[in-house]
Amino acid sequence: MTAPDQPPPSRGANDARALGGGEFQRCEGCAAVHETRVFETTYEVCPACGHHHRLSPERYRRLLLDDATFAAWDTHLESADPIEFSADVPYPERIAAAQRETGARDAIETGRARLGGHDIAYGCFRFAFLGGSMGSVVGEKVARLFERAASARIPAVLLQTSGGARMQEGIVSLMQMAKTVGARERLRAACVPFVSVMLGPTTGGVAASTAFLGDVNVAEPGALIGFAGPRVIEATVGGRLPEGFQRSEFLLDHGMVDLVVPRAELRAALVRLLGHLRPPPAA
Amino acid sequence: MPPFVLPFEKPFVELLTRVRELRVLAAGDPKLLGELARLEEKTAQVARDAYRELSPMQKLQIARHPERPYTLDYAARLLDDWVELHGDRRFGDDAAVVAGLGRYHGRSVVVVGHQRGRDADENARRNLGMPHPEGYRKAVRAFDLADRMGLPILTFVDTPGAFPGIAAEERGQSEAIAGSLAAMSRVRVPVVATIVGEGGSGGALAFAVANRVLVLEFGCYTVISPEGCAAILWRDAARAPEAAERLKMTAPDLLRLGIVDEVVAEPAGGAHHDHDEAARRLDRALSAALASLDSLSPAALADDRYRRFRAFGALVA
Repeated sequence: MTAPDQPPPSRGANDARALGGGEFQRCEGCAAVHETRVFETTYEVCPACGHHHRLSPERYRRLLLDDATFAAWDTHLESADPIEFSADVPYPERIAAAQRETGARDAIETGRARLGGHDIAYGCFRFAFLGGSMGSVVGEKVARLFERAASARIPAVLLQTSGGARMQEGIVSLMQMAKTVGARERLRAACVPFVSVMLGPTTGGVAASTAFLGDVNVAEPGALIGFAGPRVIEATVGGRLPEGFQRSEFLLDHGMVDLVVPRAELRAALVRLLGHLRPPPAA
Repeated sequence: MPPFVLPFEKPFVELLTRVRELRVLAAGDPKLLGELARLEEKTAQVARDAYRELSPMQKLQIARHPERPYTLDYAARLLDDWVELHGDRRFGDDAAVVAGLGRYHGRSVVVVGHQRGRDADENARRNLGMPHPEGYRKAVRAFDLADRMGLPILTFVDTPGAFPGIAAEERGQSEAIAGSLAAMSRVRVPVVATIVGEGGSGGALAFAVANRVLVLEFGCYTVISPEGCAAILWRDAARAPEAAERLKMTAPDLLRLGIVDEVVAEPAGGAHHDHDEAARRLDRALSAALASLDSLSPAALADDRYRRFRAFGALVA
């Protein structure tokens, strides 16, 4: 399996909102129609209702990182097929198709970056790649991100969006939760900060591993964040879920995140946090 | 209450019932001993034949058997001076999780496990072994206590999964599971986990970040239930047996993938037919696993656990 190292700029999930041959986009929140170039300047936030649409990792780089660039790590890693999984198509073919569609090798990019002048170990999940699911590659890259942050004594900033563990890797994907949490706990022991940023959606095995283990937990407005998916919960409780259930603001109300930050203010909020959370010299 | 018998268990269970009746009779009439021996041999043969070729879904049915031994059944058989601990000091006490102190072969240990109920009332109270956040937070208390006191940790994993409900989400199910994973990663004492029944996803892994992981012969361990997997793949939970094949969730698969270190044989027909014998067999494996960790320092124990889980992953070379 091969894939280009630099994925092409992609509007990803936003394509479904396109109207008029791509000149206009419809908001998924309020159904208002705006020119596509307007959504581009707002980083896919609706100017009318503030709804946050999905944003690709490439555009988060532009939104957040100094000079919009980072020194990527581990770009060569690709998943094998540990349980020889097949449903309709074999897992390796699913991966190859996702690689063609996204131009990426797997569901995360990581690297060393600067944010407001602070050196950081940076990562961003790619939901467009098999729902941002965590298999061997995501687990390995997240573990290495924390390990590099610990050895370089630079803060870790990880933007997460994921449906959870990657079913097609079976029990091996479940083990990635223990692997990433183990690496995160070593970073904690080293007194190097971890800022966890949750994008929508963040559920299942990613929510239940690193996402809530930030020294500071940040969420984008309106993001769906939780352990079980809403449909599973509805099936269990046999009824409709309350308005706003499992959204970022609900998590803030219940003490699970520190901040809900609109995308336009995310960079400034991270810079402010990183200004306070400077790793002390190694003991 | 009549015993709960799975369809494929019937021939074996009928023979086993006759063996038990004949044992009673033979106690008063030595002439029956020869017949008893023949019947016991035949029963063992039927068990070997019937249970050799079980499908993954049938194994999962045994793992979920309502008469299977649960954490408290093992605690009663393996431990002296058992003291159960209650509550997370935050919200409440989750009966789907058992935590406690006991003496194992003369040594104090901390035990944590999922706990299912034996009947409808107890299952309502124990939520079918599906924990809420307070269950995981009670476990974290126990793990941290073990760490401070230098006590080994034994866990017993048996859950369909963490409970997917409104209250569970309100109280932070994700954070609670992550907190349990983190606590198990940190502790500087020996940890041995046993998948004694159903290891359902993150809610099971939360008690299985161990230096040594054992699985009982019919135990299963999976990232998603076969029913859930079939619902996602084919929008048809009835195709669960097919999903069960593909998920590679049975004990031999887990051993081959390196997820578990050892498979512990169960009594003929499964642990539910003989709790005492199941506990004796687990005892031998558990004590050996603990002994194998005796020489490691506190720091080395945490490192050993980190390396064990750090190695999981299947990457293209």
